[in-house]
Amino acid sequence: MNGLTAPRPLRPLLRAEGATMRFGGVTAVDAVDFTLDEVELRCLIGPNGAGKSTFFKMLTGQLTPSAGRIRFRDADITGAHPHEIARLGVGIKTQVPNVFNGLSVRENVFIAGGRRKSLARTKRFVDETLERLRLTAIAGRMVGQLAHGQRQWVEIATVLAQEPELILLDEPAAGMTHEEVHRTAELIREINRTHAVIVVEHDMPFIRMIAKTVTVFNQGRILMQDEVGRVLADQRVRDVYLGKQAA
Amino acid sequence: MDLVGLLGFNVFTGVATLALITLGLGVIYGMMRIINLAHGEFMMLGAYTAVVAVDAGVNIWVAMLVLPPLIVGLIGLLIERAVIRFLYGRMMDTMLATWGISLGLIGLVTTLYGNVVRGVSTPVGSFEIGRYGASLYSLVIIAAALAALGGMLALLRLTRFGLILRATMQNPRMAAALGVSPDRIYMATFALGAGLAGLAGGVLAPISGVSPAMGAAYIARAFITVLGGGPAIITGTGLAASLFGTINELVAFRTTPVIGDVVLLLAAVLLIRVLPQGITGRYLRRSL
Amino acid sequence: MIPTTARSGTIAGPAGFLAVVACGLALLFGAPHVTESFGLVQMTGFAALAMFALSQGFVWGYGGIMSFGQAAFLGLGGYAYAVSVINLGDSTLPVLIAIAVPMLFAAALGYFMFFGRISDAYVGVITLTVSVILFQLFNTTSGSQYRIGQAELGGFNGIPAIPVINRIGEPGEQLDIEGLWAVAMSALILVYVLLRAILASRLGRVIVAIRENETRAQLIGYDPRLYKLLAFTISAGIAGLAGCLYANWGGFISPTVFGLSMSAQVIIYVLVGGLGTLIGPMLGAVLIQSLIIAAGTQSMVDSNLGLGLVLVGFVLLVPEGLVPVARRLVVGAAERFTARKRATPGAEPAAANPALAEGGGR
Repeated sequence: MNGLTAPRPLRPLLRAEGATMRFGGVTAVDAVDFTLDEVELRCLIGPNGAGKSTFFKMLTGQLTPSAGRIRFRDADITGAHPHEIARLGVGIKTQVPNVFNGLSVRENVFIAGGRRKSLARTKRFVDETLERLRLTAIAGRMVGQLAHGQRQWVEIATVLAQEPELILLDEPAAGMTHEEVHRTAELIREINRTHAVIVVEHDMPFIRMIAKTVTVFNQGRILMQDEVGRVLADQRVRDVYLGKQAA
Repeated sequence: MDLVGLLGFNVFTGVATLALITLGLGVIYGMMRIINLAHGEFMMLGAYTAVVAVDAGVNIWVAMLVLPPLIVGLIGLLIERAVIRFLYGRMMDTMLATWGISLGLIGLVTTLYGNVVRGVSTPVGSFEIGRYGASLYSLVIIAAALAALGGMLALLRLTRFGLILRATMQNPRMAAALGVSPDRIYMATFALGAGLAGLAGGVLAPISGVSPAMGAAYIARAFITVLGGGPAIITGTGLAASLFGTINELVAFRTTPVIGDVVLLLAAVLLIRVLPQGITGRYLRRSL
Repeated sequence: MIPTTARSGTIAGPAGFLAVVACGLALLFGAPHVTESFGLVQMTGFAALAMFALSQGFVWGYGGIMSFGQAAFLGLGGYAYAVSVINLGDSTLPVLIAIAVPMLFAAALGYFMFFGRISDAYVGVITLTVSVILFQLFNTTSGSQYRIGQAELGGFNGIPAIPVINRIGEPGEQLDIEGLWAVAMSALILVYVLLRAILASRLGRVIVAIRENETRAQLIGYDPRLYKLLAFTISAGIAGLAGCLYANWGGFISPTVFGLSMSAQVIIYVLVGGLGTLIGPMLGAVLIQSLIIAAGTQSMVDSNLGLGLVLVGFVLLVPEGLVPVARRLVVGAAERFTARKRATPGAEPAAANPALAEGGGR
């Protein structure tokens, strides 16, 4: 639909067709067509209230679309339950951290990683995941007592432990220190070698660090979709972010 | 034909009774999101107020209709100040606390008046629907229910207090910005709900045995009606009472009142499977 | 929603587990040597109520499910045992029926509640309402038309002279007071061990995780409805077994087992003992029940008044319950003690890290 020139594989990983979400009289997401390929990294940007988080919730089944269809590989996941979609291989780090506050870091990761594995394999896998995210030192701590940034990491660890095919990250860099932001960017690039990732983020320097293709949401619709440099140079996108309505 | 007339009258009475015993619970739940497990005991206190007042020689209408809401409303106010206000925002703890209050009130009344059934004689006689006799007192219940529902509607729609109540329900912080303390509003709402429960107890005193544990006989139906009604207090209570009251009376007419309650529960469980937010959670969301 | 009073509640250390089991075994074998039969009868009743408290402590403290009508399952278990043992003679199958009937009932009720996705508060109201209505229903069963086989339900008076559990396969050999104590106490220990095992297993971890954050559990791929249904059904089976023992202990059963005060009592056991522990509810049951018995000898004040005050008082002042408070005091004292020891020159004060102590405690 937009200026992408690379040839597409026949079957995309994720495809939304006319996805629409209405709350009462408000249309938060309005007939969005969206396609993501296997092992693609996509950034979603747009002002607050543009519909990015709502769109994520439709992809994970937390919201049932008012209209339109969503497909994950061959499966129609429109209106499926969140746990069913998760089992197909979709993981999400939500905007407000969703973690098990009353459990330890290790238990958080264990529950996410242990759904289909034997106990011994799970234990090894959990240790690896904790190591990878540098959480080993705080593995015994209660998550509710950790700092916001650390809880973000715990949530990312649970998402990775779930071994999803598609990873959705809603503002992964929010509340992180400068150094942590760099590590997050590094991690996302590493994950993206084997997994498809969609990142929602406001932090433009962060977007520049990781992005290839960027999709811009505005008022529930896709304003444009293009290579990161062209998007960030686009006057309409600048207007939207500065609050002037281009449309 | 006479039978149909009688049955219709009984259904109407059943609906009115259900609305009357539910309204106080619905007001507290709808405005404060507190499920008051002491609701049945507030009714019990209303009934005892009527019994004690009649024994003291007070006019029966005053004893049934005026004193119970005032006295139980006052008791509600005291309980809100002493316990409930410390627990706002803690849904489960308020339920537990009101449950404790419920037990405490049963124990207190048993200690004071003994575990015996007392009664008030019905102040009016009966009339005839064809070959069948019907109690004139049913008309009193219907009138009281209509007055309570209408009074609440007028209060919410027409008064400044009602406006503030609705604002607080929507957004406590905004009400605070208008210079109204949400604390005061919650206090008044709890007292109002308690007073309505007291009224129900007073009105029903002549037709039910008055005993410390009498509340339990009513709360099952009141809870089911509140759940079925959903968030809108007046519309929800009215609709759910009409639906459940009709089912209850028709089944109770064919079988026994207890089977009527069982079927009521089954109907409610089926309803929440389809409409988890109650009737007004899905439809008529903007009504009061 | 996370229950505000259920902050603790992962798996207790193996030392605590072994200590509880050892105490239980000591009571099981020791009590008959120390007390005479009256005391033993009373302790059998405590064991039944402690098991009832475990069922509530599990579903509410670990599952986060506000099952406020747990008496429904106690009553169903008791009645199911009474009716089937009167009809069958041998008590082996009736004990299993007493577990199965409440479980089936809970599975059906739970299906509508959890798959209807109603709010936590509504679960509380519906379970409570169900027990109230069962109470009313069983109250109206007086008269010979209400009989199941040879068992008359008996309305308000209930079923008298229920045969006590017999040796397996020998209906004539009914247990004596000591035998019933042994069965009740062993069953209590077994249920405790079973619940610990469940909580240590993947099933238990997921149940606790859903209590902590239902959304995250779902997004990881667990179906919260299913796990809540499982927790609810398991707890109903335990309450049913408690009801069976309760009927054995009293030798009769009446609709008061379904009553609101029965449901309230078990809530109070758990709240007083500690939500999110298993030992707390058992201790709470023994403590509160002892107080009720002590208060029962005077007739000035109704016991409901005391129970109500205890409930309100604990919600306002000690919402955690006694066991977690005691545990914290002990851990705090131990930490202060070690900190003082380390306050000598050259010692590292940071070693007394509360996080380490906590990590060791679960």
